[in-house]
Amino acid sequence: MTQDLILFIVLAVIAVATAVSMLVSRNAIYSAMFLVLNFVTVAIIYLLLNAAFIAMVQVTVYAGAIMVLFLFVIMLLGAEKAASGDSLSWQPPLAILLGGALLMEFAYILFVRQKDLLPAMESVSKDFGSPASIGTLLFDRYLIPFEITSILLLVAMIGAIILTRNERKES
Amino acid sequence: MDIPTNYLLALSGVLFILGALGVLTRRNAIVIFMSIELMLNSANLAFITFARSFEDMIGQIMVFFVIAVAAAEVAVGLALIVAIFKTKQSIDVDQISSMKG
Repeated sequence: MTQDLILFIVLAVIAVATAVSMLVSRNAIYSAMFLVLNFVTVAIIYLLLNAAFIAMVQVTVYAGAIMVLFLFVIMLLGAEKAASGDSLSWQPPLAILLGGALLMEFAYILFVRQKDLLPAMESVSKDFGSPASIGTLLFDRYLIPFEITSILLLVAMIGAIILTRNERKES
Repeated sequence: MDIPTNYLLALSGVLFILGALGVLTRRNAIVIFMSIELMLNSANLAFITFARSFEDMIGQIMVFFVIAVAAAEVAVGLALIVAIFKTKQSIDVDQISSMKG
């Protein structure tokens, strides 16, 4: 067992533990903070996989911007406490049953059926996943999808403004 | 570098299932939304794993686009939740049933 594998196992345990904590927390703010921790843990796994640029994007955009937006909305609405009275009676056991079945299928496919078909991780060149090579690919081969993404973000921004605008001014 | 590809994909699968369980069992709309983010994140992990094991950076480009689309989705989704809260005074998905026949 090498350093990388030990590091990965520790990170995987932290990622699963924070995801479970996010699900069982009754306070939405705690859920959001556990999700931030999960995103940062996954970013460190990206670093292990030679994806330094994506790891930084994950920390700044996901753990930074998106989760701050979540925290803003939770605090704005005062919705951090879970509603009292649990009306979901039969759904959670069924969901856990179906999730368990899906997990068994994953385990079968990954560890029995496809065990030796997946390519092993060979060593890669030094500039694999570096910002310069990602940028070259992004602005050369994927220029049009990149520009379309900017239009998508503009549309989302306009949509968010229209959805939350104060309608009292019209009357 | 000798993390088996299987292990990374298994972690991705476990995170996806946890996200799906969150969507199915929680009633707070914001927590459901965060669970969807968790599922997107697990798909990103699978993309990065395959990019590394096939030594092809297109997987990382794909993750870049997924993150951009997730940012747009969060902006619109949270705006919808705020708009629903303004009219219903609740974000419990069990009570948002006005279109029920």
